[in-house]
Amino acid sequence: MNFDLLVWRQTAGAAPGKMIKYRAEGISPDTSFLEMLDIVNEGLLARGEEPISFDSDCREGICGSCGFVINGRAHGPDLGTATCQLHMRRFKDGEEITVEPWRARAFPVIKDLVVDRTAFDRIVAAGGYISVNTGSAPEANSILVPHQDQEASMDAAACIACGACVAACKNASAHLYVGAKVSHLTLLPQGKPESAKRALSMLRQADAEGFGSCSNEGECEAVCPKQISIRNIARMVREYSRATLLGTDS
Amino acid sequence: MSPTANVATLERPTVALPGTMRLDARVPEGSLEQKWDSRKFEQKLVAPANRRRHTVLVVGSGLAGAAAAAALGEQGYNVKCFTFHDSPRRAHSIAAQGGINAAKNYKNDGDSVWRLFYDTIKGGDYRSREANVYRLAQLSVNIIDQCVAQGVPFAREYGGQLDTRSFGGAQLERTFYARGQTGQQLLLGAYQALMRQVERGTVQLYSRREMLDLVVADGMARGIVCRNLLTGELERYSGDAVLLCTGGYGNVYYLSTNALNSNVTAAWRCHKRGALFANPCFTQIHPTCIPVSGEHQSKLTLMSESLRNDGRVWVPKQKGDQRSPHQIPDDERDYYLERRYPSFGNLVPRDVASRNAKTVCDEGRGVGETGLAVYLDFSNAIGRLGRNSIEDRYGNLFEMYARISGEDPYATPMRIYPAIHYTMGGLWVDYQLMSTVPGLFVLGEANFSDHGANRLGASALMQGLADGYFVAPYTVADYLASTKLAPIDPRDEAFSSAVSDAQAQIEKLLSIRGKRTVREVHRELGLMMWDLVGMSRNEAGLRKALNRIPHLRAEFWSDISVPGTGDNLNKTLEYAARVGDYLEFAELLALDALRRAESCGGHFREESQTPEGEALRDDANFSYAAAWQFNGAGKESTLVQEPLEFEYAHPTQRSYA
Repeated sequence: MNFDLLVWRQTAGAAPGKMIKYRAEGISPDTSFLEMLDIVNEGLLARGEEPISFDSDCREGICGSCGFVINGRAHGPDLGTATCQLHMRRFKDGEEITVEPWRARAFPVIKDLVVDRTAFDRIVAAGGYISVNTGSAPEANSILVPHQDQEASMDAAACIACGACVAACKNASAHLYVGAKVSHLTLLPQGKPESAKRALSMLRQADAEGFGSCSNEGECEAVCPKQISIRNIARMVREYSRATLLGTDS
Repeated sequence: MSPTANVATLERPTVALPGTMRLDARVPEGSLEQKWDSRKFEQKLVAPANRRRHTVLVVGSGLAGAAAAAALGEQGYNVKCFTFHDSPRRAHSIAAQGGINAAKNYKNDGDSVWRLFYDTIKGGDYRSREANVYRLAQLSVNIIDQCVAQGVPFAREYGGQLDTRSFGGAQLERTFYARGQTGQQLLLGAYQALMRQVERGTVQLYSRREMLDLVVADGMARGIVCRNLLTGELERYSGDAVLLCTGGYGNVYYLSTNALNSNVTAAWRCHKRGALFANPCFTQIHPTCIPVSGEHQSKLTLMSESLRNDGRVWVPKQKGDQRSPHQIPDDERDYYLERRYPSFGNLVPRDVASRNAKTVCDEGRGVGETGLAVYLDFSNAIGRLGRNSIEDRYGNLFEMYARISGEDPYATPMRIYPAIHYTMGGLWVDYQLMSTVPGLFVLGEANFSDHGANRLGASALMQGLADGYFVAPYTVADYLASTKLAPIDPRDEAFSSAVSDAQAQIEKLLSIRGKRTVREVHRELGLMMWDLVGMSRNEAGLRKALNRIPHLRAEFWSDISVPGTGDNLNKTLEYAARVGDYLEFAELLALDALRRAESCGGHFREESQTPEGEALRDDANFSYAAAWQFNGAGKESTLVQEPLEFEYAHPTQRSYA
């Protein structure tokens, strides 16, 4: 298969960027999207040119390193699929494909398709955990967790922090990301004691990082490679409201 | 070449002296059950008020690194944690699927610390250190408690209790799991604990940093040199101890289930500074991976071993049978694992399952376009339990398979083939997890200590977390409290010379401007390693590899192409430095495989097999850990043996029949 790629190139955060055209030729339909970019990069290297920079690591949709806006859609056309799991058989032979980085004020571009997502770490540092020191845990089965709560918690915990939700949102909101972490921990009995404080601190940090607010469009859910539901945003808002109305000791 | 050539024995020096050394594993006295307790009591402590005066450098943020950094931070040490990722949560531990073992015996099916100890020693084919393995089994129960308290959403029964399942190499259900994403959930638990310490100010996080050298001063590990991957700057960090938690070296084979950036660089450079490297030839080939389909492939994808709980492995009885799997009636299928190993069936350990897959494919009975695959068939389980049950257990794995292969595994059996997955070898450590360089501790997959010649499924997560949460915090404290540490300044000569070495290498890579891409050379190395030092090894092949690697290395250093500069994000440059190290390390791996003229676990020497084709150990000559000492580039390394003594688990020919 052959493709015409329009790829965002930007040498550094402060430098201007632009779309550059590349040709990908003789690509097997079994090639993944990132492997197709590898092949394009090998061609650039052979000509002594700098390859297209992008983050990627596990290449099986779990580490959350990769992700581009492909043809205007975060992670491309497939539902519940990270960019690294997307295969070229999904595209038409000869198709023109645009490839851009996540665009959000809180995710500044570092180079080409690589963006800075450390804001996500700072949001977790603000409260996305259960305060338990090593060694102080009770016997595991002394905490009973109803099966359905554990399942709902796991659904939210599956977030890979790729940032697609932010990239897809017209407000560049991180609500799905924050909501997923709040839900993961709040749904478990272990996470209940800090639940109000957690929602409050994480959301405050998200605001401070420059993420926008949520206007319930649901774009985030639509592009999430782990199909995390926006119900998690509702749960987070509930925790947040409780914290702002009743204080964090509630 | 005699397997015991160059063996040296002397008193253990405090410094890695060139020439000769004797390894002291510092295993505590007393019975196996009491060793760890008595060591914890003997150890010196650092008083709470004094802990913040000690800086501990933790390199890597996977299960071992994040757990150690969090645990040490909680205690009040001044911790600096380094990762080459943008976020600590992206470490490759995140990709572990199946589960984590623990001797909780919740299923009342006969488990105990002793049983987990024994299974792990036997699974490792009697090439691990008893005391370490026993401690690991003891700590396994604390890990589950800790993770549950952190909010790890392990699978539950309807009554709310934790669920477990069975895994390869065990006849009971001791594996805790969070769907097919256990590694992800455990890492998130450790990551969250780590970020909590970052917020409290006890841990400073340095992301997008790659460790390029270890700084040894007065014979002790006192710092590291990192490249800031965004600015290219070489940064110096000093400390009182260095914890290396940088994972395994599976990517020396180019194609493996490891993440693309996993590499041997940090460990290798510590090796060059005096840390002995043990058992590099003990590599694990995982039996259930999606087969190779073409040259474009950048990595192989693992299908969790848990699938062998319900999937049945088979090939056609007849050679070259081209029919689709549905057209092959049951009596013309060879369920070869069930046939050869009736008591363990499809759940034999990984090395046994992998070798058998290779054997049937070599016989011409492999399936799929390349003939290098076997079927993993769920039709029986779907018939027995219903599609929904199978979907609950393995839904995400089936989806992953469908995406990559373009086939529906609910309707057509999966095609699987072995691939490099994990490396049991690593830097040599004593019972305290300290390497031969005092002050350099090595945790998790990066060390060699617990899995012998083969790791059982669901034991890597256990070891990473045991090392990080429950071993290193004690042993590092003992080291800090019992060692006289002079003040160290990052402007010291030891730092400057490490920086100039790293700088010279970077400049060299950028100046070659040759014709070969890094990926081409890496792929060539990987294919050679897979062919000659892969699933099945023999003397002629190993000698051939040892002969060819230096040529490829020379070609790399004279004809590689690395465009761009060193003062910004340059992923080609990062990759080139890693491949440069693989080209040195590969030679040690092959040399170790050559010297170990026995088969054991994942190391199969064709010259040493039973009449049934199983791995045949040679305890009389090889019951030791092979620790290698670096003697300079291009010079043959020296072998130092740590004899293995088995007081409790008596070595027998492993049988899973």
